[in-house]
Amino acid sequence: MPTPTSTEAPTAAQRTAAPVDRGTTRRGRKVLTFEQANRRLKWSLLSPALGFVALMIIFPLVFTVNLSLTDAFGAVNADNVYIGLQNFADALTDTRRFWPAVWRTVYFTVGAVALETVLGLALAMLMRKAFRGMEIVRTVLMVPLLATPVAIGILWLLILDPTNGIANHLLGFVGIPPQEFLGSVSQSLPTLMLIDVWQWTPMMTLLLLAGLSTLPEEPEEAALMDGANAWQRFRHIILPMLRTTVLTALVLRGVDALKTFDVIYATKGPGGGSGFEAETLNVYAYGLTFDYQEYGLASAVLVLFTLFIVAIVVLLRRRTGRTEA
Amino acid sequence: MSTAVASAPTKPTAPRPTAPGRRRRKGRVAAWLRAVTITVVCLVVALPVIWMIAAAFKTNVQVTDPTVGLIFSPTLENFRNALADGAILRSLGNSLIVGVVSTVLSAVIAVPAAWAVGRFSMGRTGSLVLVARIVPAISLLVPWYYLFAQLGLVGSYTVLVLSHMFVSVPLILWIMIGFFEGLPIELEEAARTDGLSAFGAFLRIALPLAAPGTASAAVLAFIFSWNNFLFALILADENTMTMPVTLFNFISYASTDWGGLMAAATLMTIPVVLAAVFGQKYLVAGLTAGATKG
Repeated sequence: MPTPTSTEAPTAAQRTAAPVDRGTTRRGRKVLTFEQANRRLKWSLLSPALGFVALMIIFPLVFTVNLSLTDAFGAVNADNVYIGLQNFADALTDTRRFWPAVWRTVYFTVGAVALETVLGLALAMLMRKAFRGMEIVRTVLMVPLLATPVAIGILWLLILDPTNGIANHLLGFVGIPPQEFLGSVSQSLPTLMLIDVWQWTPMMTLLLLAGLSTLPEEPEEAALMDGANAWQRFRHIILPMLRTTVLTALVLRGVDALKTFDVIYATKGPGGGSGFEAETLNVYAYGLTFDYQEYGLASAVLVLFTLFIVAIVVLLRRRTGRTEA
Repeated sequence: MSTAVASAPTKPTAPRPTAPGRRRRKGRVAAWLRAVTITVVCLVVALPVIWMIAAAFKTNVQVTDPTVGLIFSPTLENFRNALADGAILRSLGNSLIVGVVSTVLSAVIAVPAAWAVGRFSMGRTGSLVLVARIVPAISLLVPWYYLFAQLGLVGSYTVLVLSHMFVSVPLILWIMIGFFEGLPIELEEAARTDGLSAFGAFLRIALPLAAPGTASAAVLAFIFSWNNFLFALILADENTMTMPVTLFNFISYASTDWGGLMAAATLMTIPVVLAAVFGQKYLVAGLTAGATKG
């Protein structure tokens, strides 16, 4: 056998740790050992990609944290004065724009992701066993998650137009009076949430379907033999096994939902509407930065926002870890 | 067997099968219900997009009349106007250029890196990919703008390509690490015993085997670049503006020219829909890569 590794299916770590035959490497003038050659190759292949991402991210992070401690306004390279944590204090005591934006972000994310998870899970369970037309259904599900968010915003503006939209026309058939949807202060955020659900439930479904396909069948069959009904099998057999996938999907979707910008900005414009009714943290930070040039304060908001997302990810990932332990 | 899912919670304690006739009927009802539900879901997902495409073929009078449904005599007027407008054609071209160049460059640096990670296992790379996903892009834009302004690059294709690569390099890494880990290592080892270097084994053995994975990662990277709104909104100028930004600037004309707006949005969406139709299997694999590993 040409394989020097163990005969059982090795994990990635085992494979690399396995001793390698030195004889094959000692060719030509190379005096490097196999390990050295591997390390050199590994780093020369890795460094362009890692270096690029690190450069694009480390400099901006340092820059932003630095700006957040200054009174930068108008132009980033104008003379700035360090004002310590004043921007953070200003943001955290701002009950007019900052805190409402925080609550809108939380409300939008929790509402949308919860709905997407429940609907996505239900749909994944329905599509779990193969059926005729499966390929077509999957293709249809791909469309909203691949379509351009700005175009999605525009198509919903047309559908939900208060006077000429098809949505109110259809609601009229079942006796519901016309709604303002994105045109109203109270309905904007719930409407945006539903658009998000339309756009991203398919993604949840596909992620959970992929997870379902990796589950072993035996536990469920055993439960079936023991007389467990469909709900019991789902609740006590499938859901616990699927937990890791669900949490991973929650992290991926949650992070993106917190940062939702394109659809909100395309449908509601700067500030999330005239009364800031759809202004989430991301939209607020964008406005502060590019409409008001409040670079110092905006950077503080962005630092807080980033810490907030990191905290949520860490929290969710720790829960993922616990299931495996 | 197919009735298993369907059996209602009427007899939770009875492992004994119910009368075969009744079970079969119940199974048929369940299968029918499932088919109806899935069909309804597909309609809910697809109809808004179909409505948009239909609107692109309507006159402006028809677009604003909700009683005009999906059956009408189509006009190509909106598309003719959209394509006659230099701004739209130019931004479509810009989106294409930025998308292709950023995807190719990203693949060139990310695919070998992913192989190195998959073969020599590098735990920390995953965290870097995650960080790139977590950080709000707006917090990067001011520093990027500042930095690239110093270099005189704001508004150039270079800065757009670099910013889009910031999304696609982690994406391709993420997808391809999983893909390379799934490839059997034995082939590469056999090739190395036959005298190929490690890099040779990557080039001649692993890379060809990874072609489907690379293709799906590249198509997804292109689509994400094609859809990207925020970076070009800040970093592009009039000549390099990509299609989502042009589309956004047209929204203010919505009330007067719905048809034109829908035609532009349709032009933006068609490539993506085509990708979904023809690459469905691979794209699903790419999108869900890594999700089941946790």
